[in-house]
Amino acid sequence: MSTATIDPQSLQTSTPTTTVRVRTTKRHGPKWGPARIGALVVLIVLAVSWLLPILWAIDTSLKSETDAAAAQQSWIPAGGFTIDAYVKVLTQGQIPVWIWNSLFTSVVVTLVTVILSTLAAYAFSRLDFSGRKWLYAAIIGSIMVPPQVLIIPLFYEMLAMNLVDTYLGIILPQVIAPAMVFILKQFFDQIPVELEEAARVDGAGRLRVFFTIVLPLSRPILAAVAIFVFIGAWNNFLWPFLVTNQANLMTLPVGLQTVKSAFGIQYAQNMATAMLAAAPLIIVFLFFQRQIIKGIATTGFGGQ
Amino acid sequence: MASATAGPTPHAVSAGERDASRARGRTVKRRRDNRAGWAFVAPFVVFFVAFLVVPIVWGLYLSFTATSLTGAGNHLVGFANYFEAFGDADMWRSMGNTVWFTVLSTIPLVVVALAMALLVNTGLPGQWLWRLSFFMPYLLASTVVSQIFLWLFNPQLGLFNHLLTSIGLPPSNWLNDQDIAMYAVVGTTVWWTVGFNFLLYLAALQNIPESQYEAASLDGAGTWRKLWSITLPQLRGTTGLIVVLQILASLKVFDQIYQMTTGGPNGSTRPIVEYIFESGFTGYRFGYSSAISYIFFAMIVIISIAQFTAGRRGDAIARADRADARRRRAAVRAATKGQAA
Repeated sequence: MSTATIDPQSLQTSTPTTTVRVRTTKRHGPKWGPARIGALVVLIVLAVSWLLPILWAIDTSLKSETDAAAAQQSWIPAGGFTIDAYVKVLTQGQIPVWIWNSLFTSVVVTLVTVILSTLAAYAFSRLDFSGRKWLYAAIIGSIMVPPQVLIIPLFYEMLAMNLVDTYLGIILPQVIAPAMVFILKQFFDQIPVELEEAARVDGAGRLRVFFTIVLPLSRPILAAVAIFVFIGAWNNFLWPFLVTNQANLMTLPVGLQTVKSAFGIQYAQNMATAMLAAAPLIIVFLFFQRQIIKGIATTGFGGQ
Repeated sequence: MASATAGPTPHAVSAGERDASRARGRTVKRRRDNRAGWAFVAPFVVFFVAFLVVPIVWGLYLSFTATSLTGAGNHLVGFANYFEAFGDADMWRSMGNTVWFTVLSTIPLVVVALAMALLVNTGLPGQWLWRLSFFMPYLLASTVVSQIFLWLFNPQLGLFNHLLTSIGLPPSNWLNDQDIAMYAVVGTTVWWTVGFNFLLYLAALQNIPESQYEAASLDGAGTWRKLWSITLPQLRGTTGLIVVLQILASLKVFDQIYQMTTGGPNGSTRPIVEYIFESGFTGYRFGYSSAISYIFFAMIVIISIAQFTAGRRGDAIARADRADARRRRAAVRAATKGQAA
């Protein structure tokens, strides 16, 4: 863990999360008393209820339309399982286009947000410039502004800039993340200044110090911030919904909303679409499970 | 997690101290990083001004005009929009729905998340499975969640009615029933977002030092005693944070309600954000819509300040409690020492 030496706080708070528990339970040895069995039963009931909607959606997506709409619903369809719904959705609909739009806009939003926020947070943490305090106060204060409040003037602005129905129109308003500036500044505040000062004495410029010393130390927090911003952008509905009218520019969540009415009663196709939309982030999660969990643990409100 | 929950105060203090020391140094050194500092923040500031400050100011201006989508009616009308909004029954109804949704959703989103975290934290086998089951829904886009639950709530073919009738209960109309739709939406929301709070709680639980439990065990404390005397008090900070975040998130609800009920039936689920959206984008009354936005914004600010004040009072009480305990311990020590002598 490269963080360990730099960031004692995160070492304390997050690193042991996954391991400590396991060890302690092993030491005590599982005692299967009534309380423990009761806890397990409740946990199983909860987990089953939480998995049920997704399992049912997957099940439906693998049925033929006739079986999906059969009066007598069952987990195993009378006509057997089929991937027809997926084939139809992928070949006839615009799902591939929407996946691409979502991927493209989310990646750009993530990159730009991380770059802008990191630079700003570093300046607020380390550089002494006039207006620093009030500027930081204004940015922190703006965390309180709900984006929903700004939809009318933002849309107006996009009209004025001719950005309605463009990628830029989707991306630009999403790159401002004051909460991320706050999180990153907190992190930079904990890095010992001595490292940078030593490099400065050796004649390295501000940018050089930033890129060669600060950024490498910040990799874990940058990953956490990037993952959050990406999830937020990938799932964002309201803004892309307002700013796109053309089907070929829609992001996945927006496209799904329009398809819902278009497919009407084609339940299997409906669920196949939903599952295709869900898959990318679930795959991301399976790969980055530890980072995501740790990110939530260390950055707290980042996700909201 | 402790860094984020208990964090804000110590961090703020240390940052404040640093600021103070810098301010002192400044009189001698002047502001040495002016150019570098502004160069680093400039890119952020440009976007910040363009897409946050300008809309905030423009929206405020619009709220005092009769502007429509076409730009017509772009003249000042004073407080007319605000007066109209305060007399608008639909506005009050959506505001009421929003508050009701917030109350209904926040309670289970805190309590269920805590229960899940406590259960998972007992160290039962299958850790990754529990985490995956509870957290995965949080990763789904609102549209995906809405699609799945529209299908589950389907009155004729949905799984929920199927389950109800199979145990002999009458089927429900769910989202089409004015008295039930809000609860159905709340249930969907709990399923969707509880995983985030669950993870916050889980992280906080795993930060409680094991030594405290061991000490309590030596003193003969049972599972429940440990839960009440160690675990729950230690989670107070996290709970405060989760409640604050949850209330603010719930007040901003729009996506899933719009997608599942479009605010219906009969406006019984329409939240304030949907009313802002509708008066702006279907009614084309940008001025009026902006005024409602600002009323909503004011509400958020007031609630945030109230929570902040309540949080500070809570901290003060906790501090007093700790001081009390210290005094008691000191008294006990003194007494035992006296006995020994």
